[in-house]
Amino acid sequence: MGYSEKLLDYFENPRCVGEIPGADATVEVSNPVCGDVIKLWVKVSGDRVLDAKFKAQGCTAAIATSSFATEMLIGMEVEQARQITREEIADALGGLPASKIHCSVLASDAIQAALKDF
Amino acid sequence: MKHIYLDNNATTSMRPEVLEAMTPYFLENYGNASSIHWYGQEAKAAIDDARSQVGRLIGARATDIVFLSGGTEADNFAIRGIVESQKSKGRHIITSGIEHHAVMNTCKDLEKQGCEVTWLPVGRYGMLEPEQVREAIRPDTVLVTIMHANNEIGTIQPIEQIGQIAEEAGVYFHSDGVQATGKIPLDVKALKVHLYSMSAHKLHGPKGVGALYVRRGTPIKPLMTGGGHERNRRSGTENVAGIVGFGAAARLAREGLAEHMVRIGEMRDDMEARLKASLSHIHVNGEEAPRLPNTSNIMVDYAEGEGMVISLDLKGIAVSTGSACSSGSMEPSHVLTAIGKTPDEGFGSLRISLSDLTIQKDVDCLVEVLPGIVERLRALSPYYKK
Repeated sequence: MGYSEKLLDYFENPRCVGEIPGADATVEVSNPVCGDVIKLWVKVSGDRVLDAKFKAQGCTAAIATSSFATEMLIGMEVEQARQITREEIADALGGLPASKIHCSVLASDAIQAALKDF
Repeated sequence: MKHIYLDNNATTSMRPEVLEAMTPYFLENYGNASSIHWYGQEAKAAIDDARSQVGRLIGARATDIVFLSGGTEADNFAIRGIVESQKSKGRHIITSGIEHHAVMNTCKDLEKQGCEVTWLPVGRYGMLEPEQVREAIRPDTVLVTIMHANNEIGTIQPIEQIGQIAEEAGVYFHSDGVQATGKIPLDVKALKVHLYSMSAHKLHGPKGVGALYVRRGTPIKPLMTGGGHERNRRSGTENVAGIVGFGAAARLAREGLAEHMVRIGEMRDDMEARLKASLSHIHVNGEEAPRLPNTSNIMVDYAEGEGMVISLDLKGIAVSTGSACSSGSMEPSHVLTAIGKTPDEGFGSLRISLSDLTIQKDVDCLVEVLPGIVERLRALSPYYKK
């Protein structure tokens, strides 16, 4: 499939998996065409993301990008986190096969949705 | 890492005996079968022998076998060749919703060129009702094309009954036999087909060679024009070594068929039983219908097919998804959609396909490894509750 070692590592050993009880925001984003779904919990204090966790059902790229994006989010300023793009996520994981670009879109969409009210 | 191959509906390994049979036709007897000298005649004799072997595998006369480049060409030749030769009679084709892309996309292309195509639905077990074919036949119907065994779920269609109906109606009947050939006993006379597609690399032969059975007297317009090879049915210098390999693979498949069918079928059934025992929320697609003994299509809830395939691959086990997701398309499999699966269900499908050369230890390894992978993926799912 042409996945990088780093991406496969995030797939096999995903970071930041779980739920946050009493999270400040919980969002669920899905792609009806390919069936992938990501659920993201964030805890925000002031202008900073204190904690984030995710769960996902989807392909290798969907799980790896969700995990990587969630990890990236922790400790970031909200304003800065809003700037995360799908390209940034994909590039940091060594790029994605063309047919899997939509997976990184799912992760960045989830971040945007979770942070829209802060 | 040790590698285990359980994706034999995609392709098979070539048997060493097949390679051995082919080698002289690259190195020593490399003649063009159309040449009248010794080199040419050696090649011609080898092709004739292979033609008999492939014919014997399916109960056909050797002269009714046309060698060509593979299953896709066989399907294209059969469908386009009949449609072209019958255009004064009509332009209506009957097919099903679970055909291989080689048939499906050929029919879609002909639709664009003005043919009318009836796409028959299959039931939830992936089976076609023969009577549906009878009801769909019209005065302008020129061809019925229905696959023998499905590549994704392995279900075997009632080809004999459909053949009977086509014969009564005087309509030409083609069956894509690429997955069935060499895996189940078959006789083209009993099936009442006019045309039957085969591919060598699905039965431990080489890639790049296949055949179309064309019953004597069936008017079919060639796709290729040229030197009139294969009795004017397929021009182009014969792929002698490939054809010899196909012949050897066909002979070995026929000789071992009875034994392999039982052994592989038992191994597959045992594998499914053990996976069901160790995993909740799994279903075997098509298990209620007659199926190829080597094919297992397993639907796993709360896990995604591509993720399972990659996880297994990281452990050295090669299988495929039931969905086309990993082959670059995001759409779920048209076969699983046709048997009534929702896209979400289709995305969790895994196809495991065994072969004559699969050993028990390889299947045991999959049975051991898969549950852990599924549990890991399910633990990530926001929907899964233990």
